[in-house]
Amino acid sequence: MSGLKELKNRIGSVKSTQKITKAKQMVAAAKLRRAQEAAEASKPYASRMANVVANLTASMGDGSGGPKLLAGSGDDKVHLVVVMTAERGLCGGFNANTAKAARLKIEELQAAGKTVKIITVGKKGREVLKSSYEDLFIDHVDLSEAKDKFTPYAIGLGLDLTKRFEAGEFDVATLIFSEFKNVLTQNPVAKQLIPAEAPDDAETIDLGGAIYAYEPSEPEILESLLPRYLNTQILSAMLENAAGEQAASMTAMDNATRNAGDMIDSLSLQYNRARQAQITKELIEIISGAEAL
Amino acid sequence: MADKLHFSLVSPARELFSGEVDHVIAPGSDGEFGVLVNHAPFMTTLKNGVVRVEDGGETTMRLFVRGGFADVTPAGLTILAEEAVNMDSVSAESVKKELDEARQALLAEGKDGSAMLEEQVSYLESLKAALVN
Repeated sequence: MSGLKELKNRIGSVKSTQKITKAKQMVAAAKLRRAQEAAEASKPYASRMANVVANLTASMGDGSGGPKLLAGSGDDKVHLVVVMTAERGLCGGFNANTAKAARLKIEELQAAGKTVKIITVGKKGREVLKSSYEDLFIDHVDLSEAKDKFTPYAIGLGLDLTKRFEAGEFDVATLIFSEFKNVLTQNPVAKQLIPAEAPDDAETIDLGGAIYAYEPSEPEILESLLPRYLNTQILSAMLENAAGEQAASMTAMDNATRNAGDMIDSLSLQYNRARQAQITKELIEIISGAEAL
Repeated sequence: MADKLHFSLVSPARELFSGEVDHVIAPGSDGEFGVLVNHAPFMTTLKNGVVRVEDGGETTMRLFVRGGFADVTPAGLTILAEEAVNMDSVSAESVKKELDEARQALLAEGKDGSAMLEEQVSYLESLKAALVN
């Protein structure tokens, strides 16, 4: 039986852990609300943008002859995987799930004989993937200073990707991030960024046979639209990721707080039993001592 | 229902407006254009400028947009702006202050990475000019 003193110390330490997890949970809950609002607010723009791209590509036919960002480089050899995770841990399986999805994707591509390059966004995913794929890393985006302002980072990454694509560094770019379904579910998803793909759920509007007029010309519009579409996709992924991170963190911390509570209960029980046993023992000693006289 | 134009204006940060109006005048990159209901499908890039919304014969709202796209479909007009503000919600002084700050930042920045700041300055300049009118 562990000594009373040790038990008491353990209860004290679990209690302070519980205080920390509780505080972290409340912080995450507050941040989650803000992150969720930001993610929600950016949705109309992103979905409308997707609709516009879908309309344009639909009216362009198969997209060949269009800008390279849409038509692709005509090759399929070098794949760039952008892995987007959080900057911090303490959020349950959030980072691990995304990293696992990334690993599967990379293995799949490698098995198909493709060359893979990796850009990581957020520290945690980089740490996890470092052991197996360090030689594939070509860049890293650090979001630790971003706070809630992701726009410059999204634009920066978008520009970087476009530049690398134009320099022929890769043929296909895929973004792996965590889709924010709701507070309890975040699913890692892979989204193809380059060549641009309109999402399946985009509404294409039936023009009733009418022909779109473009001002200036269609290629010029696509030329300025596609980089923005790319930025928008990256930005909304960043926002969803941020919301997902806080949600996962909140859930994980909630669990931790509850576990700490259970632990405190069972430790207190053990402590009280030990204390009672000791008292009984002392009583017996006193009584048998008195009888012996 | 059929004789009103569905107009929505969104920026990456949020949806600024969505509703039924009579007439929208927007600054296309090849010139200002107006959109009424049942306009032919049309798409254009925008330059920095004022989007005027008219309803019931009078201008109900003036929004300043920084570049973007306008997409006219049978379903209505959608403007995707890089950045947009309702001109009733900003004052000339606050814009002037922001403009001064942006200019300072541009001076401090020097050569590198100033393209974004330059754009910011020109955007604020045109916003200021639009507010004076």
